[in-house]
Amino acid sequence: MASVVPLKDKKLLEVKLGELPSWILMRDFSPSGIVGAFRRGYYRHYNKDINVKKGSIAGLTVVLACYVVFNYTFSYKELKHER
Amino acid sequence: MNQNLFTSFNIPVILGIPLAVLIIMFPTMLIIPPKNLINNRLSSIQQWLVKLTLKQMMTSHTPKGRTWSLMLLSLITFIALNNILGLTPYAFTPTTQLSMNLGMAIPLWAATVLMGLRFKTKSSLAHFLPQGTPIPLIPMLIIIETISLVIQPVALAVRLTANITAGHLLMHLLGDTALTLMSIYLSSSTITIIIIILLITLELGVALIQAYVFTLLVGLYLHDNS
Repeated sequence: MASVVPLKDKKLLEVKLGELPSWILMRDFSPSGIVGAFRRGYYRHYNKDINVKKGSIAGLTVVLACYVVFNYTFSYKELKHER
Repeated sequence: MNQNLFTSFNIPVILGIPLAVLIIMFPTMLIIPPKNLINNRLSSIQQWLVKLTLKQMMTSHTPKGRTWSLMLLSLITFIALNNILGLTPYAFTPTTQLSMNLGMAIPLWAATVLMGLRFKTKSSLAHFLPQGTPIPLIPMLIIIETISLVIQPVALAVRLTANITAGHLLMHLLGDTALTLMSIYLSSSTITIIIIILLITLELGVALIQAYVFTLLVGLYLHDNS
């Protein structure tokens, strides 16, 4: 069945798995595109998890968990020796 | 073993770009300026904390000293958030680097001294001689007071660096000990309890922020008001 909406405008969750490489290649990788992507991601997290009436601690914990993973990936090289 | 212990204090570098800049800017993403009258829970908690610290710090100052409130409040928030975020696993704490603490301490201390010297020259110079000293002691006492004034920024910076670094180092050491003691079953449980208690007391690293800001305040206060 042919897609009704063109591939470029679909959001990530609506892209089928076979179309994923071409979707990634079509994204905007200029500096302003990357900044726009970060801004959209930040505001989506903020509005969905934190800016609600009864936000819980899970909204903040996600940020901290991402911070931990981020730091782990950048210190992986030194930690490799400790095996 | 020496090299393994201190590698957690290395500045993380990716492709030659020091990543420390990003990590220093990370706490700003957690502070959200309040938009409405009644905000979400996180903003309300932050507002309440800001009000609490502001009242605590600034009521003992004259209106001229209170022009520093934004500076001091952002200082305490910055140091507190950096220290707390450094307690998460694998994190890099920028306040362990002496360079950054000196960069914070020296300009602020110099500003208080210069402000005192400019606006209240006589009374700030009078701090060098406490009241009622016997006359033969005066030359020595002036030298001592000058030294104690000049050592203030160094003390501020080194105090912060040493406390945070020592705490992190101790946690690393105890963690390694607990790991290697797993084969000997009984000691490991007591060691891990000690680690947990140490982590909780290390969250008195936040108290260290208070110490930083308060000693800064003391200098400001004394130079500003007599």
